[in-house]
Amino acid sequence: MLSTTLEQPTATPKWVKSLLSPDVLAPIIVGLVLLTAWELAVRITNTPPYLLPGPILILQTLAKDWPTLIPSWFVTMKIAFTALVAATVSGLFVAILFAQSKWIERSFFPYAVLLQTTPIVAVAPLIIIWLKNNTFAALVVCAWIVAFFPIVSNTVLGLNSTDPSLVNLFKLNKANRWQTLWYLRLPTSLPYFLAGLRISGGLALIGAVVAEFVAGTGGAQSGLAYQILIAGYNLQIPRMFAALLLITVSGIAIFAALSALSNVLLKNWHSSAMKHEN
Amino acid sequence: MIGSNLSSAIAMKTQPILTLEHVGKTYANGTVALQDFNLAVEPNTITSLVGPSGCGKSTVLRIISELGDLSTGRMTWRSGNDHKLAYVFQEAALMPWATVMDNIRLPLKLAKVPKRQALGLVSEAIAQVGLQGFERVYPRELSGGMKMRVSIARALVTRPNVLLMDEPFGALDEMTRGKLNQDLLQLQHQRNLTILFVTHSIYEAVYLAHRVVVMASKPGRVVADIAIDSPHPRDPDYRTSAQFNRYCREVSHSLSDAMGESLALAL
Repeated sequence: MLSTTLEQPTATPKWVKSLLSPDVLAPIIVGLVLLTAWELAVRITNTPPYLLPGPILILQTLAKDWPTLIPSWFVTMKIAFTALVAATVSGLFVAILFAQSKWIERSFFPYAVLLQTTPIVAVAPLIIIWLKNNTFAALVVCAWIVAFFPIVSNTVLGLNSTDPSLVNLFKLNKANRWQTLWYLRLPTSLPYFLAGLRISGGLALIGAVVAEFVAGTGGAQSGLAYQILIAGYNLQIPRMFAALLLITVSGIAIFAALSALSNVLLKNWHSSAMKHEN
Repeated sequence: MIGSNLSSAIAMKTQPILTLEHVGKTYANGTVALQDFNLAVEPNTITSLVGPSGCGKSTVLRIISELGDLSTGRMTWRSGNDHKLAYVFQEAALMPWATVMDNIRLPLKLAKVPKRQALGLVSEAIAQVGLQGFERVYPRELSGGMKMRVSIARALVTRPNVLLMDEPFGALDEMTRGKLNQDLLQLQHQRNLTILFVTHSIYEAVYLAHRVVVMASKPGRVVADIAIDSPHPRDPDYRTSAQFNRYCREVSHSLSDAMGESLALAL
């Protein structure tokens, strides 16, 4: 009894151990070194903040401008999230449609590629004109265009990557098209779909920001891109960096969340989510 | 009662469950996979198909299972057509995202067998291949031999009477292979299975089968049909018997004769 209570404090908790692992520690050290160098360089050379603010000033601005930036952050995230959900649903639907027959895939896949290769900056003004009564919808459509293709192309690849022996087994057991889709092709495509989703998550955010830039909308519905534009006009460079920091951190958070989702869904069977011991 | 069983058994012995007559298979690219292939399969027996790569052994199984069609000739099942097929592939071909239990249950799921009944059949199959306690394990956690047991249980779960096996133990180590051979013999007797067993291994072919069909390639054809007249099922001691060795030598000779012949043709 006594010994256990005595030992308790000396045992390092698991999460502390994982924070002290080289995987976490090494990038943190690199980051701190770079930030310190940046701060020192700015101070030593006396660079004015409207050219390049130091990291400390950026963080201070972020804290000071929090009330203005957070509503904008929320707008941008809402656009990105709606676009990602739309891309996921439509992407899955289109991928399943493509996978129904080689002919459908052959006929329509090039047009899906078209969505990917069209520069969003070039088409965004058009979409904004077409949907001029609903800016939010226009911005979502722009972000959707960017996020759609990775999900489609990855899921189609996954749906077509079935184990030939399992396909034969399904044939021998007289499985119908839907059984084969549900029990074989969709599970096979899950890791591919999730890889596409991770790419699309970041792209949806970039698409949202780019579309906001083009739209340049102000007022209550203004997103982070608008804050960056205005801050640029007013030479509030630290605020510009603060907004940029928010976008970057959000992108990383989306990627981390989708990676975590992927690991949870695949942990029992896919090698990408398994710990290997040699 | 016993008498009628016996006489029906004798009647079945005389009537093959499956007959392939003058079967030929030519692929779209012109490769002749099979030429004038004849085979009559006795019910409740193991028939081994042995031969070099590309001799059409697997093609025979594909035609029988109707995964592939034949170009010429005829395939007939015993009148009544009461056969129920199952196929065991070269690799275990398990769904990595499903547990052992769900993998074995798959054929029943596809046939829309009610859950209660399905679970009964699944646990029966699991018991028969000795996988008790592994029901909730995922395939990646299993050894090659265990994976193959799951694959066999999946084949047995629909209670087939004909089992097609395409080099099922080819990738396994000698010990595991021997154990699985032993278990397969037991299963064949317990379930009155008719098994067609494709293999590269002469020893495995002789040890398991009532009859070994030796095939040659280019084009795929039968070069010898050797009855293994030793008591069946066999025990491991049989592997060291003179009789076993004699049969292995016989199969080996007809194989090398066939290979020599095709070499001569090539030259």
